[in-house]
Amino acid sequence: MRNYETILTSVDDGIALIQLNRPRVLNAINRPMVTELLDAFERFDRNDEVKAIVLTGNSRAFAAGADIDEMKNDDSVSLELLNQFKEWDRLATIKKPIIGAVNGYCFGGGFELALCADILFAAENAQFGFPEIKLGVMPGAGGTVKLTKLMGQKKALEWLWLGDPMTAKEALEYGVINRVIAPELVLEEAKKYAKLVASRAPLSVRLIKESVYKSVDYSTYEGMQFERKNFYLLFSSQDQKEGMKAFIEKRPAEFKGK
Amino acid sequence: MFETISYETRGKTAWITLNRPDKLNAFTPLMHKEMVTAIKEANKDSGVRAVVLIGAGRAFCSGQDLSGSTDTDYGEVLRKGYNPIVQALVSMEKPVIAAVNGVAAGAGMSLALACDFRIASEKASFIEAFIHVGLVPDSGNLYFLPRLVGHAKAMELAVLGEKITAQQAKEFGLVTKTVSEEEFMLEVETFAEKLANMPTKAIGLIKRYMNKSWESDLNEVLEYEAQAQKIAGESEDHQEGLAAFLDKRKPAFTGK
Repeated sequence: MRNYETILTSVDDGIALIQLNRPRVLNAINRPMVTELLDAFERFDRNDEVKAIVLTGNSRAFAAGADIDEMKNDDSVSLELLNQFKEWDRLATIKKPIIGAVNGYCFGGGFELALCADILFAAENAQFGFPEIKLGVMPGAGGTVKLTKLMGQKKALEWLWLGDPMTAKEALEYGVINRVIAPELVLEEAKKYAKLVASRAPLSVRLIKESVYKSVDYSTYEGMQFERKNFYLLFSSQDQKEGMKAFIEKRPAEFKGK
Repeated sequence: MFETISYETRGKTAWITLNRPDKLNAFTPLMHKEMVTAIKEANKDSGVRAVVLIGAGRAFCSGQDLSGSTDTDYGEVLRKGYNPIVQALVSMEKPVIAAVNGVAAGAGMSLALACDFRIASEKASFIEAFIHVGLVPDSGNLYFLPRLVGHAKAMELAVLGEKITAQQAKEFGLVTKTVSEEEFMLEVETFAEKLANMPTKAIGLIKRYMNKSWESDLNEVLEYEAQAQKIAGESEDHQEGLAAFLDKRKPAFTGK
């Protein structure tokens, strides 16, 4: 594995793990961390050994926010020229499944990073929120967009305007996360889920992810056209032949991702 | 360190004493803050494996100090003052014992209800005092009371607001045991020490998921149990329990 300064990475049995590693600042996300995260995600996305990626923090915090010191002297022009969110845009192009495991605080930029995961598991004591408004700003890496698409306009405004934390239970009720789990077991359950996804036909996993995200932005008609193309595309794969043959022969399929 | 309470650890037990005896340990805004600080301290201290809440002097706690109260937005008083205490008590994954040495009235009774165990002195009493000043039980009282004594009894106690003697409290299932005044302190100490030497991690998990059971259906609880058992099964105390069983000796649990 590469030596990163702000994250830890490893691969075990097809599952890549990316762990945010700035524990002294509750994993506050700074620019070097985003650069390293993107590098790690893109490497794992290209690595044939990796079937799914698990993203986590530590027991106290997934990430308590963005590094405020780093941006307190920025102005509009410096931010435009820096174009830091380009890296966040590229995080959205990762094709393999990303499973997020959240313990403790998940605020601001940390929450936005968690929302980059396709599936989110959270500890019973996890807390989510966008406190940016308390600093006189607002989310800048997709917070208002993704939260709104997940929970709806009215609920999103309620949370974004006050900037107060929501509990894991609330996040579950609003469809922001998938499961609430004992804090001790979140990472383990996330890895278990990652393994299950990894056992499914890889090309199907990939094209389903693409179609689901397109459907969020497209009209129903366009979304269905897009889905159809991906459906047809899978009929060029060996796994489709194997999957249907195995079904007829009443045996488990052996998928190769080809 | 504290003005309205005292905090002390004796062995593996933390003692939080409400310490305004001349005011029957009535709550003030400062006491709210100090209670939360003390509960969090007990929670953080890994050497603490049981917590006792007790009152100094002749009362356990007489509830809100009405003499000093100028704030008429009781909703905010609860949200800022009382509710954090209840939440801190419930989320602490260690056993908490209310040692009810005397009267527990109003929010003082609520405080006792939010604990995991109640041991009452024979001269203790409980009063749902709220109704006598035209108020409703608060600080978790409406949540805990019907769960402890059943809906019908809880309605009776909350609406009529009659004094409940220690003996009645025992009959209603409100307290674990009632002890004579002379034996009270020794009994509390013994009970706390017993709990403090048990598998704390497992007790914490029991507390966590028994609380959640009230808001969950059977399938959810079955899943909580599976998760809790997995966690407990990986604890040192489970290994110690198994080893002691095989060696036919008493287990020495460390809480880990």
